[in-house]
Amino acid sequence: MEIKAPTPQIPPAVWTEFKDLQEWEKYHQERPEGDKHSALFESATEGVYNFPGGFVATGLADAVLNWARKSSVWPVTFGLACCAIEMMATFASRFDVERLGMVPWASPRHSDLMIVSGTVTIKMAPMLKRIYDQMPDPKWAVSMGSCANSGGPFRHGYHVVKGVDRVIPVDVYVPGCPPPPESLLNGLLLLQEQIAHFRQTGKRAAPTEKVD
Amino acid sequence: MTHEQARARIQERLGVAAEGEGSLLTVTVPPERWREAGSLAKDTLGCLYFNFLSAVDWKDQGLEVVTRVENLEVGLALMLKTRLGAGQSACASLVPLYPGADWMERECFDMFGIRFEGHPDLRRILLPQDWEGHPLLKSYAVDTPHPPYR
Repeated sequence: MEIKAPTPQIPPAVWTEFKDLQEWEKYHQERPEGDKHSALFESATEGVYNFPGGFVATGLADAVLNWARKSSVWPVTFGLACCAIEMMATFASRFDVERLGMVPWASPRHSDLMIVSGTVTIKMAPMLKRIYDQMPDPKWAVSMGSCANSGGPFRHGYHVVKGVDRVIPVDVYVPGCPPPPESLLNGLLLLQEQIAHFRQTGKRAAPTEKVD
Repeated sequence: MTHEQARARIQERLGVAAEGEGSLLTVTVPPERWREAGSLAKDTLGCLYFNFLSAVDWKDQGLEVVTRVENLEVGLALMLKTRLGAGQSACASLVPLYPGADWMERECFDMFGIRFEGHPDLRRILLPQDWEGHPLLKSYAVDTPHPPYR
């Protein structure tokens, strides 16, 4: 009798089963550009704002909402390169971002902030865009380190995106190679300041033009 | 096998003199004897350890494929080189001899565009599959546009 070695059965790739997720992302990407809310909501808030004295109501509502938003910014844990070490140090007990209300969360679905920590290669950029698209609005992005800001030392290489603002809109740029935790904390405080002035009726800046 | 014996075997089988002193021998062969040099290194000289495989772009003098195999028992290291002609990008594959050359040759194909004939699965390994060009060639401009991100 011949004894045969068992043939390994390779299961299909996991992502082939995520039909609903793909459809959700398609719906997510089909929203109008630059519009963070529905047209009905925007027209209503614009109407209240333009009513005489209405700016008090919208300002108070914005202040309350922004206080809530800036007090619980949850960054998605997304480390790309050596800057991620400094980001982890910032998240850890010594620099403790939890006193700012930030909880590093391992899911983009529950996160408000993406800290792009490190070199974004051309191969990685679609995945980064996809994770950013998976985050619910309102969402913010911090570009951490020279590589994410402008390409850094790899700017003249062949495979690096020259600044992550060519892929997603960025709110705060943190310089450094890598930035120490104090710099990143300063950037996060600046971001909280920016969130505190976020207007419900406002428009966000578009990504910079792809030059050179 | 001593280093002198290895030197004599190389001279006898390949017809070229091995350069270098000590335990590192450098052998330059024409590309049509590349596979033969590999089988000599593995079967006759006992160089079972495949160290690395890479290439050098000498511009108008053509590409040069460099590999290093070692016999760890007697401390013999063999640097095999072959110079493909100008404009040539075809070379014999060493994968039937050294399975460890598989990914090295794929990387070499990825970066230099060298077609290794006889390789079982010659695809890009590091760059995306839709990448155009081979970036470590001297003729590749580093600011080659790659939409939509640069």
